[in-house]
Order: sequence, then structure tokens, then C-alpha cells
Amino acid sequence: MNIKELYQEIILEHGKNPRNLRKTDNFNKDAKGYNPLCGDHVHIYLKLNEKKKVEDASFEGSGCAISMASASIMTDLVKGKEENEVKEIINDFLGMIKVNPELKSKNLKDDERTKLMCLSGVKQYPMRVKCATLSWHTLISAIDSTQEEINTERLD
Amino acid sequence: MNLSNIKKEFPIFKNKNLVYLDSANSSQKPQSVIDRINDFYSNEFSNVGRSVHALSIAATNNYENTRISVQKYINAKSKDEIVFTKGATEAINLVANTFGQKYLKEGDEILLTELEHHSNYVPWHYLRSLKGVKIEFAEVNEDGEVSVESIAKKITSNTKIIAVTHLSNVTGAILPIKEITELAHSKGIPVLIDGCQGAPHLKLDMQDLDCDFYTISCHKMYGPTGLGILYAKKKWLEELPPYQGGGGMIKEVKKDSISYGDLPNKYEAGTMATAQVVAFDQSIKFLEKIGMNNVIQHEKKLMDYGQEILRKNNSVKLVGNPKKKGAVLSFTIEGIHPHDIATILDEDGVAIRAGHHCCQILHETLGMAATARASLGIYNTKEDIDRLNSSINKCKKIFNLK
Repeated sequence: MNIKELYQEIILEHGKNPRNLRKTDNFNKDAKGYNPLCGDHVHIYLKLNEKKKVEDASFEGSGCAISMASASIMTDLVKGKEENEVKEIINDFLGMIKVNPELKSKNLKDDERTKLMCLSGVKQYPMRVKCATLSWHTLISAIDSTQEEINTERLD
Repeated sequence: MNLSNIKKEFPIFKNKNLVYLDSANSSQKPQSVIDRINDFYSNEFSNVGRSVHALSIAATNNYENTRISVQKYINAKSKDEIVFTKGATEAINLVANTFGQKYLKEGDEILLTELEHHSNYVPWHYLRSLKGVKIEFAEVNEDGEVSVESIAKKITSNTKIIAVTHLSNVTGAILPIKEITELAHSKGIPVLIDGCQGAPHLKLDMQDLDCDFYTISCHKMYGPTGLGILYAKKKWLEELPPYQGGGGMIKEVKKDSISYGDLPNKYEAGTMATAQVVAFDQSIKFLEKIGMNNVIQHEKKLMDYGQEILRKNNSVKLVGNPKKKGAVLSFTIEGIHPHDIATILDEDGVAIRAGHHCCQILHETLGMAATARASLGIYNTKEDIDRLNSSINKCKKIFNLK
């Protein structure tokens, strides 16, 4: 495995200039996540309309290139999607990062699928999988309004 | 001993690609230590201090022999001042627990520093809720040092114990612990030194330092895991209550009363890490064979070289600039998170640590979430530093930095 497959241009670019790194005005869902191994924090904000469609998604936090890129791509991608579609995409993404060779979700457009697959390089780096998944687990927590901080050490 | 051949003593370096720069986390083990564990289990194993058969007697002698080696190595007055624990963490917990139990009450203060490892903070933290004590932190300066003045500022009439590191595992600062101890003793306050980083890299003399407690992590000192040492002045071990109860630490057990064993057995409850203790004698022999002066000289040369090389490297920033510094090079690269640095370096066989290194208080004070840390051991060479530097340049290239 070449390190360049982990640090692809798109990851570096999103890591350097993360999209949606802010706090959504009038957000109605949010959750915090924490990775005790590295001390990285993330705070996800969502604004869902009455039809449960994501009007805006954003995040605050700091971390490595992988975690910033992952949160950046994720928040971009969920905008305009319905809550149940988002949940399906999250499951698909987490499945891909852990075991599945590819993404299966019909709710993803081709370019979105390509972007997400850029994160698949972390599979070869077990210590870095949590960097890529922290914001996604936190997004589940925000949607479900669990009010519980996500801790990567307590996840499967 | 020729230090240029020292890598040969460590079987792990048969892997020529490995540049191991994580010794502050844990050191590699020389063949003699590994062999001793193997030999002991293969030919000499028995529990110690319990039975009258020949194996047990020989094992007990070996076990106690390490105690005497440690006593001599750190120049303690008596072998009874050496207590084996499962690690330096347990050694600090032992002191915090027993000292807290016996001497601390609501409103009392414990003085630490902002440099401390979590293992020299969390054990004391328990006493906040248990006893209502306060914890104060002596401030670190911008060079990553803690001075005697900084300690003096935080001492009050309520300060009951001072616990400080000998050598910071992040900035590398060597603290003026002799002066700190003198100051503390002039006010009747005992001092604990967290010697996890001090013991593998500095010459130890308990009579000169005069501290009340000194804790050692054996696996950072070319020894086995699962073993630590608490040095404590005899009067403390006599005065303080036992820590854990069980076999081996008692004198007489009755239904209505128990009396405790003599020192140091009073603090060694249950079956101890026997093989590790026996093998640790080889770690001390290994260091003695090289000579601590040679260790210090070798590591200083390497560290000066490392600092020079990294300072010349654009976008690399060293963390802390202490005047007296041990073999630790913590750094950041503007624009690359330490975890990304560590992953990329690892691809080249360069093993460093990234994160807060169990020092979140210090990182918060420095305003950094994480740092990258290259820490040195006796086996490191200039080539290792050069490979570190070229891997750092690779990171910069991947991240398009100049």
C-alpha cells in the first residue's frame, strides 16, 4: 500500500480547506464527538426542515487531514438529502470503511461515491479508521438526538 | 563499550529498516534481558519467599539480588527502601493512596507542575473527592521548563506534598529537583519525583537528590514490562499504611487482628512479577556496562544534532527550548497534524509517537491539541536522525509544503 493512496489529493485539499467548518445558524440538531486517543473533538450541526430534509450541515473542531476531510466531505454530501437517506448513506460508508469493498447506496450520486471512496485508503491503517469515522458516528448521534457524546473508544 | 555497535545487542534491530524513536514511551530490550526471562522460566522458575525447596530459595535469592542492584544503582541507604510495583503508575498510586489516607485532610494542598504525565496527576486527583484536598500546578514557562521560583510561588502553608517529574516526556526539560527538594524540606514538605524519564537517561543518587520518593518505570529502562520501582525513605515506608493486602505482606493473620510484614514485604502483596524482577538485574548490568556518563554523552550529542537538523528544517517547530534537556524532540509541522506525520513516517520505518503523550494539561497550556515526538535511546544513531529528517521532508512533499 502506498501512502499516497491514503493521502489522495482530494483528502489533502479538503483537509486543508475544509468545507462547512462553521456553526449552522438556527441549527435544530447537533452532537459532539471525541477521540480520546488523539484528543480530537468534533461538533456536528444540522438544520432539518419540516420534511426532515437537511437544509444545512456544518461542523466545528480540529484534527488530522483524514478526520477534517472526512467531516468536510460528509457535511457537503448530506445537504439536500432526507434524514432516512442520510442514515442509509452513513451505514453504507461505515460498512465500506470496515469490510465492504465498495459503496452500495442508491442515494449516492456517482461523483459523491467517488469522493467517499477516496477515504477507503484508511482500511489499510487500522489506527486511522477512527479518524475517518468519528464525524460519521457523531452525525448519527445528532440525527437521533441522543445527547450523548460519541467516544471512538466505545464504538465497535 | 563501543556505542556504535550497541544496536547489535538489541535483536529487534535485525530489522534494518526500523528507526525506533519512541523510547520515552517504552524502550527496546537487549538480548541479555530477553535471555534472562527465558532462562529463568526454562530452568529456574519458582515462586519466591514461600517455600523451602531449593528452586524457591534460588529464585528468592535472584529476586532479592535485583533489589540490591537497584539499591546500589540509585544509591539508596537500604535495600528495604526499594519496593517493586507493577509499574511507575502503581508506585505513584501507592504513595498518593497511603500518604493521602494517613496525612491529608480537607483544605490541604498537593503541588504538581503543568508538565506532569497523567500518571502523576490522576492518582492525586482521587484525593480531591476522597479527602477534599486541592491540587495546584506550578507553571511551565515558554521554554517548557519549571523553575524553582515557579514551585516556590505555589507553596502555601497548606502544601502537604510536592510531586514533580524529573524529566519532561514532552519538552525534555530536566527539573532542578535537588533545589526543589531543598526548598520543600526547608518548609517541612516531602517530595515525590516521577523518575520515569529521568531513570533511563540520568545518573541517579538518592543521597544527593534527598527526595522522599522516587518512582521508576523498568520498561523504559531497557527492562521488562509489568515492573516499576518505588524508592522511598525508610521512615515513610515505616510510617505509611500498607497499600494492597494479601499474601506475602503479612506477619500474622488472626480472625480479629492482622499484623504486617517487615519492609519491603509490607508493600509487596501477592505473587510479584518474579521473572521481570530477575531479568531487570540484566538491564542494570547493561547500563552499568555502558556507563551512565557515556549514555548521557551519547544522547546529548544526538539530541544536539537532532535539534540542529530540525531547526534548519523549514516549517518544523520544536516544542520547548529548555536549557537542561533530556533526549526528547517534540515538534510540530505547520499545516500537518501530528497523526498524519506519524503515519507517513511509519511508512518509512520511522516509529515516533503523536498525540498528547498523556500530558493534556501541558498541551492545553501550550495551546496545542497534539505534538509529534521523537524520543531517543542508547541505540539511536545520527543516521536515525537523518532518516527522521528525510521522512519529515517526505511529509512536507505529500502535503505540498515548502
